[in-house]
Amino acid sequence: MTYKFNHLLILGANSDIAEQVAYQAAKERIALTLSGRNFEKLKALQSDIQAKHEVTVYIRKFDADKINEHQSFYNGLDEKPDAVLCAFGILGDQKLAEKDESWQNIIQTNFTGAVSILSIIANDFEKRKHGFIAGISSVAGDRGRQSNYFYGAAKAGFTTFLSGLRNRMQHCNVSVLTVKPGFVKTKMIDGLETPGPLTAKPAKLAKAILTAMNKRKSEIYYKPIWWFIMKIITSIPENLFKKMKL
Amino acid sequence: MQKTSITNWNKFPEIEAEIKHYTLGSENNPSFLKNDFSPRGNGRSYGDASLGEVVCSSLRHNKILFFDKAEGLFIAQSGILFSEILDVITPNGWFLPVTPGTKYITLGGAIAANVHGKNHHAEGSISRHIQFIDLLLANGEILRCDRSQNSAVFYASVGGMGLSGLIVAAGIQLKKIESTSISQLQLKAQNLTEILEFFHQYATYTYSVAWIDCLKKGKQFGRSILMLGEHSKQKEVRNTKELFVSHRKNSINIPFNFPGFVLNDYSIRWFNTFYYHKNLKSRKELQSHYDTFFYPLDSILNWNRIYGKRGFIQYQFVLPKENGKTYLEKILKRITDKGWGSFLAVLKMFGPEDEGYLSFPMEGYTLALDFPIRKGLFQFLDELDILVKKAGGRIYLTKDARMSSQMFKDTYPKLKEFQDVIREINPEMKFQSMLSKRLKIV
Repeated sequence: MTYKFNHLLILGANSDIAEQVAYQAAKERIALTLSGRNFEKLKALQSDIQAKHEVTVYIRKFDADKINEHQSFYNGLDEKPDAVLCAFGILGDQKLAEKDESWQNIIQTNFTGAVSILSIIANDFEKRKHGFIAGISSVAGDRGRQSNYFYGAAKAGFTTFLSGLRNRMQHCNVSVLTVKPGFVKTKMIDGLETPGPLTAKPAKLAKAILTAMNKRKSEIYYKPIWWFIMKIITSIPENLFKKMKL
Repeated sequence: MQKTSITNWNKFPEIEAEIKHYTLGSENNPSFLKNDFSPRGNGRSYGDASLGEVVCSSLRHNKILFFDKAEGLFIAQSGILFSEILDVITPNGWFLPVTPGTKYITLGGAIAANVHGKNHHAEGSISRHIQFIDLLLANGEILRCDRSQNSAVFYASVGGMGLSGLIVAAGIQLKKIESTSISQLQLKAQNLTEILEFFHQYATYTYSVAWIDCLKKGKQFGRSILMLGEHSKQKEVRNTKELFVSHRKNSINIPFNFPGFVLNDYSIRWFNTFYYHKNLKSRKELQSHYDTFFYPLDSILNWNRIYGKRGFIQYQFVLPKENGKTYLEKILKRITDKGWGSFLAVLKMFGPEDEGYLSFPMEGYTLALDFPIRKGLFQFLDELDILVKKAGGRIYLTKDARMSSQMFKDTYPKLKEFQDVIREINPEMKFQSMLSKRLKIV
């Protein structure tokens, strides 16, 4: 496939999914700016990609929670990207968040941080009349469940933000993709038993993300079966749903 | 914590373990080094090394940190697999300086086991090509060690079976190659005397290893096929498109554990006879990809299932050169008499001993064979141990699941030097394994 973008910025590049996106983009000779909190890990990822592929890789420290630094982060990039993948996120601890204020971190990182940095980038893409934006949301945002509704709420907000942004960017050649993974075999769900047929491999998801971005798609579920599952889950009447243990 | 059932490649012993992962900076998490654990790579050793109630996997710590394509210095995190290294280095004209018979091992595991390959007689074990190691110590510090700085720690870590600490990164000097092909020469030896003569006669070859029929009695006792190899020169490779190819063939898979009856004395005897006669001529020259030469068994995924669910012991010992032949004859005779031999018994001549206090090789001969686990096996191997000890040889820790701690103590003369280092850097035994407990290594 020929790619319509040349330089991909990955926010939260140390996540398992983002890492796989980086490798596959590098294989396609797409230049990369990798950003994240753990700079040492970024350095290792950079050297690894450059040993394997002939491609430019920049690395930058980025903290989703420090929203007052987002503008200077973007202004300071070595080279402006024409595509961005927002891949950071934390699952948080639902039980803990019910009791203390740790829910704030869940909302802060997954929602506020993402909205902050993508707004800055969207404004630049709008000016340049070119760009590809993708955000990794979650099927958990499609309906609130007692087992992880803080995370779900933050992702629901993010999904809505992306859909609004997509609507706004429609006119200036900037596409916005919402990625809704179901279970993905990543360190985020270490120790959690997930059903095999519904669990995606990060590498396959990464490929799907890049393809969907390039085709300027609006939304993908991965694995695709999750579209169907979520259709069913969202169609259950609330009065019934509230009694279910989910 | 969740427990998972794990074994090493030989499927014995099988244990329930908690698996945690090392990634960059894990040591900064106070809980990481609170309790003891066993460092673990890809689980390709044979026995109880790297097994314990808690194991710490390096597999997610697998990035290349530096690769000098001109000079061949390669630095990587310890969890990278040899297969991944080969994919990156061979297209650039470099090869691993030492490799065992599988490429599905981690760099860290290879160093901790101080692995050897078909070129040991000429180029030593892997430790000889290691430029430095970054070792995570029990106190959370990451210590760089090599032959000049912290050398005692270096020697306790190459071949140290993960007991000195967790190897987190290492630098290795690669070997320049002109192609990914191997020019092979295969020679049939009629018996044990001839194969040992061949090893010396053909010692100028970089790579040499022999397959030996461990069931044949009588005049052809010890009949073998010697396989010699060199990296092919550029001009020897006819198709220039094939100069640098990192992968060769597709693999087949053994989908389940074979039931016990598949593997019986007749099928093994039949296989051995077939294998010996597959080379019709006594001398055969051929060119093959490095995968075929170095990793023939890697093309059969899960080949360990052939031995069934009870698993097997890969018995590997070394005998010193001086009386090697005498004792090799004695031991091999015991094995042929017993008739419990395996599909592939591998004989190899070793060069001089390596650095590393617990390194296995010594100048002489090493024999490795698989024995499916069955009643009486351990007792039989104990009897062989006595002969190995008498000869002044020893057993490879990386492949051991059963020797006695006395046998170990009597055959590893630098144990005291090793223990002195461990007492200093791993005083509370943060790093230990079933192997270290069984053999009372520390």
